[in-house]
Amino acid sequence: MKFRFWGVRGSIPVPGPKTLRYGGNTTCIEVRGDDGTLIILDGGTGIFPLAQTLLREMPVKANIFITHSHWDHIHGLPFFIPLFIPGNTLRLHGAFNPVSGSGIEQVMGVQLQYSYFPVREAEMKAVIEYETLAIGQTVTVGDCQVTTTLLNHPVIDFGYRIECNGKSLFFTGDHEPYYNIYDPGDEAYAEYQALIEEKQAAVDDSMRGVDALIVDTSYTLEEYPGKVGWGHGYFDASIAMAQRVGAKRLYCTHHEPTRSDDDLEAVFAAVMARHAGQLNGLEVVLAREGLELEF
Amino acid sequence: MQQISAELEKRLGTAVEKMPPFPKSVQRVLELTRDINCRPKDLVEVIEKDPIITIKVLKIINSAYYGLTNKITSINQTVIYLGANTLKNLALSFSTVGILPNKNDAGFDIHHYLVSSLVTAGIVRLLGTQYAPGDADPTDCYVAGLLHDFGKVVFAVCMPEEFSQALALSANEHIPLHKAEKAVIGADHTVVGAMLVKRWQFPEPLVECIAGHHDRTQSSAMGECLHAADLIAERLGYDSNGRVSTERSAVVLAKRFGGDIDAVMAKLGDLSKIIDEAQMFSRSEGT
Ligand SMILES: [Zn+2]
Ligand SMILES: [Zn+2]
Repeated sequence: MKFRFWGVRGSIPVPGPKTLRYGGNTTCIEVRGDDGTLIILDGGTGIFPLAQTLLREMPVKANIFITHSHWDHIHGLPFFIPLFIPGNTLRLHGAFNPVSGSGIEQVMGVQLQYSYFPVREAEMKAVIEYETLAIGQTVTVGDCQVTTTLLNHPVIDFGYRIECNGKSLFFTGDHEPYYNIYDPGDEAYAEYQALIEEKQAAVDDSMRGVDALIVDTSYTLEEYPGKVGWGHGYFDASIAMAQRVGAKRLYCTHHEPTRSDDDLEAVFAAVMARHAGQLNGLEVVLAREGLELEF
Repeated sequence: MQQISAELEKRLGTAVEKMPPFPKSVQRVLELTRDINCRPKDLVEVIEKDPIITIKVLKIINSAYYGLTNKITSINQTVIYLGANTLKNLALSFSTVGILPNKNDAGFDIHHYLVSSLVTAGIVRLLGTQYAPGDADPTDCYVAGLLHDFGKVVFAVCMPEEFSQALALSANEHIPLHKAEKAVIGADHTVVGAMLVKRWQFPEPLVECIAGHHDRTQSSAMGECLHAADLIAERLGYDSNGRVSTERSAVVLAKRFGGDIDAVMAKLGDLSKIIDEAQMFSRSEGT
């Protein structure tokens, strides 16, 4: 299997001279099975340049898996050009939203409204299918199996593990490492800690031994204390997670939008220096647009 | 404010006192939701004390939508699974509809009232965000829409005979319900609704907004959004069992929204999500 990053930026697209090397598009990852099966993880603005390459392989059969409904993970969807061409099929997968009571169709519905987008869904020429997934559900697409894991974010976020003929990758979407909401002196502290550890262990199991672990790594260790509860991870936590689960490679993504290429490399160098000699063979990579791995 | 006799004020005051208190837990959830940095453990503490919200939240997380194999049994576990933000929004949606009586003797359709209020609430919040950013807090807008017609419930429960006469008068004579109420009872639901939310110790702007929602002179940003939302909800068939007056509409709509009701609705686009949500919340109230 192989995958390629089309968008690695968190929260908002940031084009410009300071983000040329890593890219300014928001989250989108193209995954290919050995038989060419097309899986797209998230529909941030990176899906637009991806879509243009797909026009060479019509009819397109795209299996899109949305981690969660925040804008930066869906706002490229209406510009997925194959939607406008007859003969193409787009199958959109994702979680149920308990607050609105809607399934994954909502992420298209909210965007294709009269005031916000000129084309209605009924006018799109491709076949659009929706599949709302349960926690822990596995779906087979082509020669790949995709399994959901519920992660930690201000809205329901699914991490996806993709398996293909013995190879595997896991993408978190947006995820903040679990933390205790109580203070150590509180009565409920210990009980909550036990619950977290149980959930953490289940999440770790879902990532166990993957060849590529792609993780929301928005912040640095120093920045994180000011961002607790925002739903994003930080370098040291991503590395610790990759080591716990025995991942072969860690890809740090969802770069903080105000971070320039130079800043990103600087904070990454500091992290790597801090972990020198302790990675035990784990390869740690900064995700950038265009980066591809075949394995 | 409408002029009413001391005797009528006393009667209405008695009626208002008969209504259940607004649940403290709901007040707290509302307070917490105003603070973007509210601590999850405070939210858990509030929700855990309210068995009704707790049961509903657990019902959702354990529903077939998620297919969890292990049953979730505590609010703390819910925070770990759904996250504090989702829990907060779920609790808010449940808690605000839990204060309605099951039946009344006035023949007042409580279910239709509830769906109408939820639809109006969703539209006021939308209008507030789009047309009065900075002037009207979205959560306050939602609450204003949700509770603006609560006076009708007070009438239905405490003065069922007179209220059913008012409903009939409004229907037969084709006049707005608040005018019929004034003719039969001497005051309309805005007066008694405002008295009630005052007793529930809601912030003054909300009390004023509810008091003035059929009154030409009233003109806060939130009040204008509520007025427009009321008209839109009525157009959509969610009229809380009573026609809305349109006397001051043209002026308000042109001034804040830059058009008539059709133009505002066209700009808002598809409101079916708001209606679907309202239907879902009102159903989850049933069982
Ligand atoms: Zn994001
Ligand atoms: Zn997000």
